[in-house]
Amino acid sequence: MTETPAVELRNLNVYYGSFQAVRDVTLAFPKHKVTAIIGPSGCGKSTVLRSINRMNDLIPNARIEGEVIFEGKNIYDPDVDPVEVRRRIGMVFQKPNPFPKSIYENVAWGVRINGFRGTKSQLDDIVEEALRAAALWDEVKDKLHQNALALSGGQQQRLCIARAIAVKPDIILMDEPASALDPIATLRIEDLMRDLVQNYTIIVVTHNMQQAARVSDYTAFFSTDESRTGFLVEFGPTAQIFTNPKDPRTEAYITGRFG
Amino acid sequence: MSVRPRFDPNRAARHRRARIGMVVFQLATLVGIVVLMALLYNIINNAFGLAAIEYRIYPATLGLDLETLPQTPRERLLEILETHLSPGLRRSLERTRPLTQRSNEELAALVLERVLQPKVLDTWPLVPSLLHTQDIVAEVHARFPQAEVRWVRWLNTRFLTRPQSSAPLRAGVRTAILGSLWLVVITAATALPLGVAAAIYLEEYARKDRWYNRLIQVNINNLAGVPSIIYGILGLAIFVRALEPLTSGAVFGAVAEGVTANGRTVLSGGLTLGLLVLPIVIINAQEALRAVPNSLREAAYALGATKWQVVWHHVLPEALPGIMTGTILALSRALGETAPLVVVGASTFITFDPVHPFSKFTALPIQIYQWTARPQPVFRNLAAAASLTLLLLLFLSNGIAVYIRHRARQRRLV
Amino acid sequence: MAQTLSSVDLRGRPRRREGLIQVLLLASGLLSILVTLGIVYELVKGAMGFFTRPLWEDTNKPLAADVAPSDTVLPVRPEGAAIPEGAIIRVDEEIMRVQRAEETALQVERGLRGTQPAAHPAGVDIFLEDRVSLWEFFTGTRWIPQAGEFGILPLVNATFIVSAIAMLVALPLGLAIAIYLSEYASPRVNNVLKPLLEILAGVPTVVYGYFALTFVTPLLRRLLGPDVVDIYNMASAGIVVGILVTPLVASMSEDALRAVPRSLREAAYALGATKLETALQVVVPAAFSGLAAAFIVAVSRAIGETMIVALAAGAGPNFTFNPFEAAETMTGHIVRISGGDLSYDSIDYNSIFAIGLVLFLITLVLNTLSQRIVARFREVYE
Repeated sequence: MTETPAVELRNLNVYYGSFQAVRDVTLAFPKHKVTAIIGPSGCGKSTVLRSINRMNDLIPNARIEGEVIFEGKNIYDPDVDPVEVRRRIGMVFQKPNPFPKSIYENVAWGVRINGFRGTKSQLDDIVEEALRAAALWDEVKDKLHQNALALSGGQQQRLCIARAIAVKPDIILMDEPASALDPIATLRIEDLMRDLVQNYTIIVVTHNMQQAARVSDYTAFFSTDESRTGFLVEFGPTAQIFTNPKDPRTEAYITGRFG
Repeated sequence: MSVRPRFDPNRAARHRRARIGMVVFQLATLVGIVVLMALLYNIINNAFGLAAIEYRIYPATLGLDLETLPQTPRERLLEILETHLSPGLRRSLERTRPLTQRSNEELAALVLERVLQPKVLDTWPLVPSLLHTQDIVAEVHARFPQAEVRWVRWLNTRFLTRPQSSAPLRAGVRTAILGSLWLVVITAATALPLGVAAAIYLEEYARKDRWYNRLIQVNINNLAGVPSIIYGILGLAIFVRALEPLTSGAVFGAVAEGVTANGRTVLSGGLTLGLLVLPIVIINAQEALRAVPNSLREAAYALGATKWQVVWHHVLPEALPGIMTGTILALSRALGETAPLVVVGASTFITFDPVHPFSKFTALPIQIYQWTARPQPVFRNLAAAASLTLLLLLFLSNGIAVYIRHRARQRRLV
Repeated sequence: MAQTLSSVDLRGRPRRREGLIQVLLLASGLLSILVTLGIVYELVKGAMGFFTRPLWEDTNKPLAADVAPSDTVLPVRPEGAAIPEGAIIRVDEEIMRVQRAEETALQVERGLRGTQPAAHPAGVDIFLEDRVSLWEFFTGTRWIPQAGEFGILPLVNATFIVSAIAMLVALPLGLAIAIYLSEYASPRVNNVLKPLLEILAGVPTVVYGYFALTFVTPLLRRLLGPDVVDIYNMASAGIVVGILVTPLVASMSEDALRAVPRSLREAAYALGATKLETALQVVVPAAFSGLAAAFIVAVSRAIGETMIVALAAGAGPNFTFNPFEAAETMTGHIVRISGGDLSYDSIDYNSIFAIGLVLFLITLVLNTLSQRIVARFREVYE
């Protein structure tokens, strides 16, 4: 890794009230790669992910210590605007959550609120490009103004990805993006991630190890200690984690003896 | 291929709008609170204050102190009545009951009513009374040279314990409070059992896929939205007119003459309010029943209990605090209802207490309505005092409801 | 024990008590249907009485000469209103039908509807039967019972003006409070604010009426001038009705906003939206049908509200669009008419039912509409 990382966690601790959810995570996510975060349930995978674009701010009594360095700046510095952080670091959620608006509006809304200045036809282009990038264009081009809730689950999730990339983020966080989908829709999302990684950095939380092995370039393995606090066990190239893990706990997990 | 959107870097403006938005929402909430404060202020402001009062004979000239009038020596009171009452009036009073046999309170009341005869010329609300006392006194001396300026608490114990009167200083809400209590009791006696039974049927027995059960549910929701005055019209047609023999008490035999009001009795009023709050009681009780966990029912069924045993021994006791809270809130609504009572024919001026369900009646809200609607400003003070009384009663009953809910929650936690 | 176990009998036994209880419970449920039927039956019956009751209008046309019980031709003077052929007329107590009408004579059929032909002296006025037609009722712009004019429009007009003013107050205020409570306020602030709103919602309407008359009206008169604002006016009543329904709008709207899944808010924030953008452009549109239902229920409450308008809006029908003038609403009229000593056998008594029926139907349509919308809204998110 010669390049500077896309985002870097330094001694990250996350608390919910008095409960420590994650302790002391130091981790650098490489640019233009897919990094998978895996681990047993309750190990703080999602918590780590949500702290990268300050979504944890929205949870009352959540507290964060440590640093998240993005573009050379700690995003938790007081002078940083979480709104801009989230524009630059987008997110796709576990369950598809399109707005109850038209397909077109779902993609265009984020562009518009972020101060888009341009003509209607430029906006049309952006919407089309985002939908093409999310491999959804051919299926929806004739019904752009229909309600997004009429789409299938897999289509909805790809719409959410299109929505996220329309605002041109640098990083896309994905929180188990295929867990609510059927196997065929899951494969399409995985293909899409491989396509998108040309232009974006992707960090994906998954509980599905095959998926992690299929789509990711790097893998971070998290586990929990006896007080249910999550921590990073091992980070490395996916091939190495899955074939030759350094830590016995990682090996135990991926061979199915634990978790 | 990439179309790079041009983003306006001016995030500051968006954040400013967001802040303004939040301030607007906070202000709206504040407006709500301010209105509540204004309402309370307005009532309290009018329930106390200075009044310009004129007497036929001023108390000072007789060496009397109004505050301690009943403590005045008995001989002095009798002497004043002796000298200041016309002989005719004195004779008729003596004939009713000799003055010497009357209590000090009664004598004091006679002195006030028949000798001193106070008359309220004008009144001032509390705040100006406090801030501009001197100006008001000066104004009174200019406008009514004869009058005396006095502090009046329009809401006081005498107000609560005296019956209605056309003289503002002697008017009270005793009959109205008793009428309201009668109404609430009759309302509760009808709406509570019927409402809880209907709720049990809908929640525990009714199959939701049957059209008639859905009809009952939709119908109850609709009834909850019917304007209260429509219930008044229903009560007028059914309880006052169609069921007059029943609601006037005629079928139950002798009812003292002059006390009955055809069908316009406290029973008719209470039954009308019972129908009015019935849908609310049902909906609240349904919610309480729904909150009972299914595991409780299953545990009882597993022991071989019948449906009614499950409901009676397990579900109902568990839901009881919720049902009581909901019912008290519904009764609070009944306590404040005015329009249906006016239509059903509550009396506006009665001076005797309601003694049985077939009495004529008045109620606190009716009194407030009547006094507010009068043109003379002094009655506004009485309306304010009655409003304050009503609000305190409601506060009390809601407090009980909140207490029951609170205690039930605590018991569940232990 | 062993014996009872060995003699277990699993055949169903008739449980008479259980059956009886179920019937009683069902009867309680059916009572609500009975109440609805009672309301509809009484309102329709009373309204029918209103539309079929004969009103006797003085034609100011007197008899020209004495009439004997056996006469079939009434000599009349030419003055007064014309009497058409086939009309029902009344002279003193006797009711007759006009068979032929000329300028100075009427050929009549005598002693109708159980009345007896009687002698009538010259100079007695002839009364013409009239009825309130549905057309007159719904299109007439004057409601003057003494003159036999029963056009409901002035009452409906005042009702709608008061309700419109109320909604102008309650919609923005209630929605803004709901957004604040559901999107901004911390649970602790919520715990303080919600009971305050409940208090506001629990204040009896007659106390609000007092507030309108003794606080809001003087305030309006001071702000806009006593020449502009009458002592009794629709604006003051409307504002206070708006305050009355604000807690209702706020709490129903808050429920609707809270029903919007958290994931939608997170999606908006993840795109870089501010809190305001999320609230106004994502949450509010997503809750739209729930909000619409709240507004409709509030309109229905405002239309049915009685005591505030009875005290503050004015006593007397007045067909005006000026909110600062006095005008009586449907509910206000009902309460004023029935507040006096109402004779059961009068057109006033019957008119209460006709107005009540109109009021009932309007609120029924609004409430049904609102419930439909809420049911559909639930389907979307559950």
